[in-house]
Amino acid sequence: MLRVNTNEKVTVTFELNGRTVRGEATPRMLLTDFLRGELGQTGTHVGCEHGVCGCCTVRIDGVAARSCLMLAVQAEGRRIDTVEGLAASKDALNALQRAFRKHHALQCGFCTAGILMSFSDYLSRNPNPDEDEVRDVLGGHICRCTGYAGLMKAIMEAAAELRGARTSKGAPAQ
Amino acid sequence: MKPAPFTYLRPDSVGEAVAALSAHGGDARVLAGGQSLMAMLNLRLVEPSVLVDISRLEELRTIRLEGNMIEVGAAVTQAELLAWPELDEQAPFIARALPWVGHFQTRNRGTVCGSIAHADPSSELPLSLTLLGGEVVLRSASGERRLTAAQFQTGMLQTGRRADELITAVRFPAGVGANGAAFREVARRHGDFAIVSVGAVASGGGSVRIGVGGVTDTPRCIEIGAELSSVDVVERIGHLAWELGGYDDVHASARYRRDLVRRIAPKLIGEVRACSA
Ligand code: FES
Ligand code: FES
Repeated sequence: MLRVNTNEKVTVTFELNGRTVRGEATPRMLLTDFLRGELGQTGTHVGCEHGVCGCCTVRIDGVAARSCLMLAVQAEGRRIDTVEGLAASKDALNALQRAFRKHHALQCGFCTAGILMSFSDYLSRNPNPDEDEVRDVLGGHICRCTGYAGLMKAIMEAAAELRGARTSKGAPAQ
Repeated sequence: MKPAPFTYLRPDSVGEAVAALSAHGGDARVLAGGQSLMAMLNLRLVEPSVLVDISRLEELRTIRLEGNMIEVGAAVTQAELLAWPELDEQAPFIARALPWVGHFQTRNRGTVCGSIAHADPSSELPLSLTLLGGEVVLRSASGERRLTAAQFQTGMLQTGRRADELITAVRFPAGVGANGAAFREVARRHGDFAIVSVGAVASGGGSVRIGVGGVTDTPRCIEIGAELSSVDVVERIGHLAWELGGYDDVHASARYRRDLVRRIAPKLIGEVRACSA
């Protein structure tokens, strides 16, 4: 049994965007604070800190989840993906990011990282969603700037583009 | 906010987890998916001195059919149950209610048992447990016991779990609702806490069992006999709503809650009757 006492620090090691990273955490340190404070990866944002706003969403072993509702020590050995890992390079945004830019799906950008991470998981599981399904997943996020029309357009377009890319590679669309 | 300091334990087996709970009892909390507990820790609504993390215990990550019961282990996430290929056939009611539990992003980590353990009066899974007649499996150093929904959920966020017990699984009877199941809820935003949730299943002999969540401290169920005409049903539900009373909070008044019950429940009963006819 692993035991970490109240103020004791342990080394936490996991794979972040394909690289192995490590840092020190006490038991009560949240994954959000570990990413931002220990690792300096400030792309993941913190809003409500109790699971409501969605801006801290990251992928844990591929699956979108709130990083404010997870302890850093729980990330040990996991594969974590954050917004920093989406673009192949500075000027090569991925399909979802390009669509966000095109449709003005962000303004201040505070909610954006979380939404990108949710849909990078969701669209891989459901490549052909209808608007209601997208709206439902988007309901797990709060954006205080844009309204959601631009987001809807961007996500629907990115989904279509990703489907196209899949079929042209010869893989089945669904 | 941040959680108050605690000692973190990650047992390697159910046995170790149970031993940790018998050692720390009331000072400990069990962490599985964390979708309710972590929020409460962050808000400092709870300040346990020990956290026992069971989220990695493989023994608790199983969904299986055992006789006529579906057993869902304590580390199974809501998303995993939703993706279980037999869900539609074996648990049509849960298949309908589960998409209303939290959001896509929280179902990915939130567990089925965790939601039941949290015992929020407006949650969909405690309502499912009551409506379907399921049970909660608890293990402690002195053995295992099973509680019915009514024995388990004793009040708002209150359960019959003893401090030294670990919920290892919940069990739902398989096939209930195969002849008709319906679920509806009203919330400010899909995925938020329900103001009122209502479920209905065909319960044999033309009867419909109806359950209401979000109005009282614990979900409440009644049986609607086949002999009741649709006019009688409206009257019966009117009485039920009045008996339930309801509570006022920031989301809705008690009166609005009762009104929702009166509007939604007869519709669901009609839908289930139509399926089973
Ligand atoms: S900061 Fe995590 S959901 Fe709001
Ligand atoms: S772009 Fe500002 S909160 Fe969404």
